Amino acid sequence: MALLEIINLHAQVEDKPILKGLSLTVNPGEVHAIMGPNGAGKSTLSNLITGRPGYEQTEGTVRFKGQDLSAMAPEERARAGIFLCFQYPVEIPGVGFTTFLRTALNARRKARGESEIDAAAFLTRLKAATKALGIPDAMLKRPLNVGFSGGEKKRAEVLQMAMLEPDLMILDEMDSGLDIDALRIAAEGVNALRSPTRSVLCITHYQRLLDYIEPDFVHVLADGRIVRSGGKELARELEEKGYADFVSQAA
Amino acid sequence: MTATPVAAATPFLDPETRAEGGGWLGAVRQAGLDGYRRQGFPTPRHEAWKYTNLSAVGRLAVETPPAVPALTAADLPGDRLLPLDVPRLVFVNGRFSAPLSDLDRLPAGVRAGSLRAVLLTDPGHLRPVLERPQAQEAVATLPLAALNTGFLSDGLVLEIDAGVSVEGPLHIIHLSVPGESATLAHPRGLIRLGAGARATLAVSYSGLPGAPSVINAVTDVVLGEDAHLSHVRLLAEAPEGVHIGAVLATVGARARYDAFTLTLGGRLVRNEIRVLLDGEGAQAHVNGAYAARKGQHIDNTVFVDHAVPNAKSSQLFKGVLDETGRGVFQGKILVRRDAQGTDGQQLHQALLLTPGAEVDIKPELQIYADDVACSHGATAGEMDAEALFYLQSRGIDEETARALLVEAFLEDALTTVADEAVRDALTERVRDWQRGRAQATWNV
Repeated sequence: MALLEIINLHAQVEDKPILKGLSLTVNPGEVHAIMGPNGAGKSTLSNLITGRPGYEQTEGTVRFKGQDLSAMAPEERARAGIFLCFQYPVEIPGVGFTTFLRTALNARRKARGESEIDAAAFLTRLKAATKALGIPDAMLKRPLNVGFSGGEKKRAEVLQMAMLEPDLMILDEMDSGLDIDALRIAAEGVNALRSPTRSVLCITHYQRLLDYIEPDFVHVLADGRIVRSGGKELARELEEKGYADFVSQAA
Repeated sequence: MTATPVAAATPFLDPETRAEGGGWLGAVRQAGLDGYRRQGFPTPRHEAWKYTNLSAVGRLAVETPPAVPALTAADLPGDRLLPLDVPRLVFVNGRFSAPLSDLDRLPAGVRAGSLRAVLLTDPGHLRPVLERPQAQEAVATLPLAALNTGFLSDGLVLEIDAGVSVEGPLHIIHLSVPGESATLAHPRGLIRLGAGARATLAVSYSGLPGAPSVINAVTDVVLGEDAHLSHVRLLAEAPEGVHIGAVLATVGARARYDAFTLTLGGRLVRNEIRVLLDGEGAQAHVNGAYAARKGQHIDNTVFVDHAVPNAKSSQLFKGVLDETGRGVFQGKILVRRDAQGTDGQQLHQALLLTPGAEVDIKPELQIYADDVACSHGATAGEMDAEALFYLQSRGIDEETARALLVEAFLEDALTTVADEAVRDALTERVRDWQRGRAQATWNV
């Protein structure tokens, strides 16, 4: 069964149609890159899958593990195994990073009928994950994302993924605001999480992220539709030629 | 045609009532009654009461609170701020309760007990507190503090000798046990720290449900040179309770007064804090947090008087308004002509959870000196939708996410409470408040 199945998806934001008949199937273990010019609907797609308020699905279906997502609250989608790695992680003063992480993990465990993780086991897992990502302990004591650098924010997102173990990792413009070193560290973190059952939807404007997170499939999104699909070589082609052809083709 | 002056209404006071007792104390009380009669019961026409309407309170037919039933320590509320092994003074309906209190553990150099007892044995040494200019000014300008003074008879006396630094907090519990009909109590607190003394007080006001209990409290705080008091108070009256409180703090040279008030309960609360920075280098940090829901009205009114040079003050209040909860913040900083080198800051922030919630904010700076650094700021906003979605996108349900964000909003006010145990207890009370979110605690 496909992990994520999108059929003829139409969606709008504030009555403005953004997605206009998008179809996409992601099977377990696959890495799909969605590339496209600004305004093509890339972020709308990730927001729609994760259930951000303000994004309205007007037509089509989105299924995750066979379940229709449209009636599910954002937290239900997350507990089902969807994780959005935010382009701009939100700073939340007053909420400690560690407290937040334990609350999120327990919410997920509870939804699966598991007991709350005990404090020692949680800390052991957290320590291992932070070490792998080169995250300093001091960062864990800070309020969520507050005062984190761009690179630290992305690493913190990857740390959350490592702890929450989603089945679908959606990376929204993961490379924005990152220098090459920070990008490499974050991408290595993602790669370490890849598995035959875990899929990646990598949304990006630039090809450079795909040097680090190698896709199985590349799709070009233009004017709310996927206008071309191919292998990883398509990303190279786009890097050389740009999106101009696709923009005119879609229009 | 000349308007006939209408005598100010003075509920809760018979026209014939004269002050009890003679001598200086009788005179202080009589000045209180006179002050109340002259000013009258507060109405929205009083500038200071524009946003808090007491008319429903003034119409209550009140009685003196009933005699305190025989209680034991087991009857103390379970949600105390501090454990039982901390020295405590307990007041029920404004009267000191010896059986509920534990004074054996009071450290040396600390004298605490009931005002009633001190008035019987050695009232004279309270005279400088009750006759100090700040107390007289309060009688002249705060009608209900004047009324409290008129009936001054019981409450707390706490005195800490010069140079004594009290380890750990002292616990003061005020309980209201309702009568068959509405009751009115006038507890008076007198807190005096000698030069260089240090202490933390954790004070709670709470009440059992029932007929409305009206608490009209006044607390005098006098800090000697270099003294430091952390005065933490929880106002969590019963749903029908009314709490009108005034704290009058006189802060000596280089002394420091840290006030924190968390207000969670009561139908109507007016928490008025007046600080007189009375000696060079004095400082006051008057902070607080509050949360109100359906039918609740919570008013924090702060007045900091910079009367001397090089004094420092700050005010930070954060409020959460849910359902039809209403908040009021009036914060005034007065910098007198001589108060050069003043540093005075003020910030009030409100989080409105529903369209029916309301907050009125009145910041006021009055500056007569020229070398000062003063600021004030106020914000009122809704819950951050981005933050809410971020938390939900990690699997946290909406209720929990909202609760986390409410707690986070109040966090920077609560962190100003230095004592960790007290701070944790206050945070726990905020969580209790959140758990009751869906309940209507009060029907308007």
